[in-house]
Amino acid sequence: MQVLLRVTDLSVSYRGAGSNQRHAFENISFEIAEGEVLGLMGESGCGKTSIALALLGLLSQDQAQVAGSIQFRGEELLSKDRNSLGAIRGAGISLVFQEPELALSPVMKIRDQVAEVIHAHNDWKWQRCRAEAELALARVGLADSPRIFSAYPHQLSGGQRQRVVLAQALACNPALLIADEPAASLDARSQSELLALLRELQRELRISILLISHAPEVQASLAGRAMVMANGRIVEQGPFEQLYRNPSHAFTRAMLRTSAAARVAENLDFEMVT
Amino acid sequence: MKPERLHSNSNQFEPLLRVSGLCKQYVQRRPFSRQKIVVNAFQDVSLALFPGTTLALVGESGAGKSSLARCIALLERPSTGKIELAGENLLALDRHQLFPIRREVQMIFQDPSSALNPRLTACEIIAEPLLIQSEGTKSLRRARALQLMEQVGLDPAWERKTPLEFSGGQRQRLAIARALALGPRLLILDEALSNLDAANQALILKLLADLQAAHSLSFLHISHDLRLVSEFADHVAVMYQGRIVESKSTRKLFASPEHSNTKELLASVRSVDSILLERSA
Repeated sequence: MQVLLRVTDLSVSYRGAGSNQRHAFENISFEIAEGEVLGLMGESGCGKTSIALALLGLLSQDQAQVAGSIQFRGEELLSKDRNSLGAIRGAGISLVFQEPELALSPVMKIRDQVAEVIHAHNDWKWQRCRAEAELALARVGLADSPRIFSAYPHQLSGGQRQRVVLAQALACNPALLIADEPAASLDARSQSELLALLRELQRELRISILLISHAPEVQASLAGRAMVMANGRIVEQGPFEQLYRNPSHAFTRAMLRTSAAARVAENLDFEMVT
Repeated sequence: MKPERLHSNSNQFEPLLRVSGLCKQYVQRRPFSRQKIVVNAFQDVSLALFPGTTLALVGESGAGKSSLARCIALLERPSTGKIELAGENLLALDRHQLFPIRREVQMIFQDPSSALNPRLTACEIIAEPLLIQSEGTKSLRRARALQLMEQVGLDPAWERKTPLEFSGGQRQRLAIARALALGPRLLILDEALSNLDAANQALILKLLADLQAAHSLSFLHISHDLRLVSEFADHVAVMYQGRIVESKSTRKLFASPEHSNTKELLASVRSVDSILLERSA
């Protein structure tokens, strides 16, 4: 399998007031192959989102200091200028945020919001972008309903909004999708539907995914290999199943704890659900 | 004359909170049109919460849980019905009479980042409710804030830090400390654990359990996560499309759910083991 993304000794520190510097994370190294799903687990605030932002060049110079190397398809991203990075964002690497409400414009119809992404990366007429947008929305399971396509975000449910943001991220056929807590704001049913959708799309489009999520159930649904982050470092890496059954680091164990509630789930009689 | 607080004899056998026939409707108008659309956020809701216990309110997103919570927290006014706190019908009171009673019911929200003023220090945030209710002097308020920080497991030396300097789990602790400042009897948690990872969820649940035991606090805990609910709730009420469809003790709900929506919710609780098994098939 070809290596799609190679991150070596990546460090990010945020500039605070005066000469204060706060390390988000230090010397992180990992690789993602084509078609692979790599999970990233860790406590809230441990730096997971900072990695996503660094990969996309979304940390400005006056906000943060980024050191190390990010190689995407063999090219070094940290030495690219704004325009080249703009071409990669959305089309080469795209990002799905945790809260779709923040990513979507409240005053634009959802079809137009997806069309806008397509328009930004292609030299096509707006009509064609709209048509492609409808295909992108259909691909994430929002189909056959002109009313949905011309709806505004607040008229949709949380699960539907998350699908729209996913449609935007996939619209230009990126090679790598970074999903930052994609199911965190959803209830259990929408969550399992979204994960099933991601699994299907991943298989169909052979897309690589960096799956950032603290939830073991989310990682179990999608991840092949996974890494655990704590205190700005990767403390353990390996196939998810192995991390789950045989964790070596205390943090991994805490992240993947089998709670009493999980035992409840196992004891439920699924026969009684029709 | 200073309005009175509620009498504080907490009888274990009387519910602290009794909600009867509560309804909330939103009326929307289409722009540029006379056409009105009535949306029922919830209808005919009745529940009871006893002192020192936790009632979990579960249901899919959109079922009306948050709207209900906001009405009970007196952040919004329901359309009809009664909300009785220690026997007093809150909806019959005017703003002036309600003001001191607001101390009794406090709310903790899902996203601590938006619930806490990013420009205030931790100490100021926790002391703010005391300031609003005109309690004590500046130094007394500060002392109380530091005491509360310790109570929720935050180092009092961090009193001058702003919310964004804390982690997500710590921010929720800050929100809890603020909620405790006025000595409430009822805490409403609206998906307060949803944005936290497993380790932090466990820590906050333990903190809440300790606080409940020490102060006989009652919790109305809204959560879509049934796994967690089975760990912390005494009773569970299931909300579906704006109505309470089932309400019983946690043990009974998990052992013998009756309503189809309850069964669906329980079915979507999946363990990592079952997910891994399905994948390898």
